[in-house]
Amino acid sequence: MLDEYRTKSYRHHLRPAVDANLIKDETAIVGIGQTEFSRNAQRDELDLACEAIKNAVADAGLTMADIDGLETLTLDRVSMPTLVGSLGIPNLRFTSEVSFGGGGSCATVMHAAAAVATGVANYVVCYRSLNEASGHRYGRGDGYAEYMTQAPTLHYGYYFPYGFLTPLAWASMYARRWMHEYDIKPEDTGWYSVVLREYAQRNPNAIFYGRPMTYQDYLDSPMIVEPLRLLDCCVDTDGAVALVVTSADRAKDARQPPAYIMAAAQSAPIETEIQTSYNRPIISGLVETWYVGQELYRISGLGPQDIDVAELYDPFSFGGIIQLEELGFCKRGEGVAFCEGGDRIRVDGELPLNTAGGLLSEAYIHGFNLITEAVRQLRGTATSQVADAETALVTAGPGLPTSGLILRK
Amino acid sequence: MTLEYVPGIPVLRPYVDPDNAPFWQAVDRHKFVLQRCADCAIFFQPPRPMCPNCRSMDALEWVPSSGHGKVYSYVTFTSDRMAYPAMKIPYSVVLVELEEGVRLTANIVDVEPEDVYIGMPVEVTFNNPTDDLTLYQFKSRAS
Repeated sequence: MLDEYRTKSYRHHLRPAVDANLIKDETAIVGIGQTEFSRNAQRDELDLACEAIKNAVADAGLTMADIDGLETLTLDRVSMPTLVGSLGIPNLRFTSEVSFGGGGSCATVMHAAAAVATGVANYVVCYRSLNEASGHRYGRGDGYAEYMTQAPTLHYGYYFPYGFLTPLAWASMYARRWMHEYDIKPEDTGWYSVVLREYAQRNPNAIFYGRPMTYQDYLDSPMIVEPLRLLDCCVDTDGAVALVVTSADRAKDARQPPAYIMAAAQSAPIETEIQTSYNRPIISGLVETWYVGQELYRISGLGPQDIDVAELYDPFSFGGIIQLEELGFCKRGEGVAFCEGGDRIRVDGELPLNTAGGLLSEAYIHGFNLITEAVRQLRGTATSQVADAETALVTAGPGLPTSGLILRK
Repeated sequence: MTLEYVPGIPVLRPYVDPDNAPFWQAVDRHKFVLQRCADCAIFFQPPRPMCPNCRSMDALEWVPSSGHGKVYSYVTFTSDRMAYPAMKIPYSVVLVELEEGVRLTANIVDVEPEDVYIGMPVEVTFNNPTDDLTLYQFKSRAS
């Protein structure tokens, strides 16, 4: 009975399609903007958010008065009312905040697109601003007690008394089991990190621009929480990213080539905790990413073979590799082999991956920099441009309720 | 080095709410209990007010557990970059699959981090990081 209950609820229970998807091909991203990415901005998150949004609105050829919606994620330290006051938006008609931190990055675009497609707003800005490097550090264990008293993370009360804190540690628990089941060694995830660092060498905005890394450097980096090393981890960043979503009709007149939204999806499966879903039948995979992938492919009518470039939310190298498996780019347990030597995921490979450097080597802006990189690829303006890129798949934070997008030219 | 605390720095306390209070109250008495739906014979972790299988709100009960299980996965904190300062590194956190089928995490108190392995038989024990706090923990068990 126990096994039946748990397995029937896991990975086999794809819901029937919803009746009509109003977002598909009817909405688009028409503006992108960002600040400098740094390790010590010496500016607060509100300041950074204003600059990124101003740049995105200008990129779209709009004025701030055109913006009538704002969308962000939880774990945000920018006060939205204060932000509206700084931006001088006369009256916001639509605003909401997606739960679950980085898992909601793509969902902000989905919610914005839903608002646009249903006639609630015309131009919605999605944004994320972080001082993760110099300010409040979610990636570190300090100040964590507060999370135990917040509704989505009450279950942390079972973990914190044991010194079991931080996303790196929680992810390592999945990683160890994945390595055990598929006979993977900790150092096998290194190629993923190396290739992303190569991409960063061509991206002047990347934190690790001008700081190349070899596979030996990877091997030499210290274990932080075994089995994950320092160079398996993303880079704490100060910076902000914003983008503008509107209808396909309005996008026709946009200053920039639109990136149309072919599919947007969210998933919060059963037995989900925020990065600690250890009571699922298996933990050597990321079921929410599988659900998001299935939904994206169904809505778009595309399959993994149709994706020209992927931008996967990779707080840790193995988290990116498991997503390759869950999204069908390779078979389960073969993600490491897929990345071996790096050729398949380089810019001229089978699946160019995280082409600006990803969260590991470009910046960790809760995945917003992955969405804007996908837009640049479709515009043809990326620093590592994929030839004739027409479709891009983007994911959000793995291991918690998550989301994803398929964009097209 | 088995589990050791740094004097003067308290560990974080469990967060006790109405759903999990029976669990932590039992731990205070050195008892280890799990939540189960009596109708479905399914155990749950974390505790909840409704059985997600039959949606009963009345059939949920707390039953004593043998506390026996096997290590399903584990991590070892080897760097003070991420470790909690109340605990001396290196320390391990084990995810244990209990005989009842649910998994819980805790430290392992009597095994060196390098000697932990997946499949290792363990059982529940209890410790007191401070005078006013009792935690459940795991220790090795002969297979």
